[in-house]
Amino acid sequence: MKKNSSCSQAFFTLLKRDLHIAIRHKGDIFNPLLFFVLVVTLFPLAIGPDPKVLSIIAPGVIWVAALLASMLSLERLFKADYTDGSLEQMLLSPQPLSLMVLAKVAAHWILTGVPLILTAPLLAVLLHLNNNSYGALIATLALGTPVLSLLGAIGVALTVGLHKGGVLLSLLILPLYIPVLIFATTAIDSAGLNLPYSGHLAIIGAILIGSLILAPFAIGASLRVSTN
Amino acid sequence: MVENSKSKSLLSANKLTCIREERILFDGLSFEITTGEIVQIEGPNGSGKTSLLRILAGLSLPYAGNVHYQEVNITQARDEFNNDLLYIGHLAGVKSELTAEENLSFNLKLSGYDEFNTRDILSKVNLAGFEDALAGHLSAGQHRRTALARLWHTNCRIWLLDEPFTAIDKKGVQELEHLFLDHAKRGGCIILTTHQDMQIIIDDKLRKINLEYQFVQRWENEKKQQL
Repeated sequence: MKKNSSCSQAFFTLLKRDLHIAIRHKGDIFNPLLFFVLVVTLFPLAIGPDPKVLSIIAPGVIWVAALLASMLSLERLFKADYTDGSLEQMLLSPQPLSLMVLAKVAAHWILTGVPLILTAPLLAVLLHLNNNSYGALIATLALGTPVLSLLGAIGVALTVGLHKGGVLLSLLILPLYIPVLIFATTAIDSAGLNLPYSGHLAIIGAILIGSLILAPFAIGASLRVSTN
Repeated sequence: MVENSKSKSLLSANKLTCIREERILFDGLSFEITTGEIVQIEGPNGSGKTSLLRILAGLSLPYAGNVHYQEVNITQARDEFNNDLLYIGHLAGVKSELTAEENLSFNLKLSGYDEFNTRDILSKVNLAGFEDALAGHLSAGQHRRTALARLWHTNCRIWLLDEPFTAIDKKGVQELEHLFLDHAKRGGCIILTTHQDMQIIIDDKLRKINLEYQFVQRWENEKKQQL
């Protein structure tokens, strides 16, 4: 009965479990994606088919929809674990807590962020996005959606013990999302005008690295507070 | 096994005070638990049994006082303490979307074990044949057994169990009691809450911590104030 506290084992065990549960609960994967697709497809219907107008609003629409879709799915992140007691077991596990929450956030990103990145270019066609902007769209989503998952998880961890934390959660994390939103959409706009946008990407990348390092500790501490 | 028979302090509570919903549940509660002890926390519903267990596990912080693991405050020795602690709350920590086997294997891996035979362990809790059943489809007792199966594969010394016998049949309770006695003999300690009378672990082997006295006293005081 040897104990082996290998950190990577804890990480991959948790990641595998969360993906496993999501596969058995397919609604979890499709709901945010369906929301994203529905919101983006409704815009051309509501605004009209004028390609000029659509291509102007395309970056903003896609990013706002992606942001809201990611936020909608956030509440589930720790809720189920909280209600069935698995969260207590995680907190009492000898493995490092920050690594375990990182695994949960990674699972959330794989289940919501990655499908968004994959479908966004298709939806961009629908909105007549400028041809030069596709690279920037994918790059900003690839760098930005992990930030959404990481920062959002802090808010979820803080509100997991509350019965109706939904509204509070949005108020807590929306301000944190705004920098990512601004830099991502301006990067896509600049790409459309053939201007360099690597500076914007660098800033989103910096936010990603910063939150990748700091968010797991904040999430862990928030979980301890919430379960108190 | 000679050194184990010497009783050493494993866990001690120093002047714990717990306040929930503006009510004092217990105040200045102190005790020491040594190796080989089986401790039952008694008290009526709402007297703070679960709160006490959660404080002992380090899940919630007491209003005042502290908990020591081998003479060190648990907030300072969290890693060592968690390595030696097995806590099963009244929420079992069993995922209904996973099978009994997957649940057990996940729980054991989370505790840091990587070599185990889940089928063997599950057969010890009478779940042979249910390994591939989703936990959500199991009965309440089988659900509980899935969580308790971890007790058969652990080298943690401190067991904190909140209502372990809920939904378990008589024979299952006896098996658990035998397991508790074995564990105490090996130098562990068990702190549990239950409303059921145990059949094998009888008074001389069982120590009781009663939260009722303080609770009743305070209740009467409140009543007097209201009058």
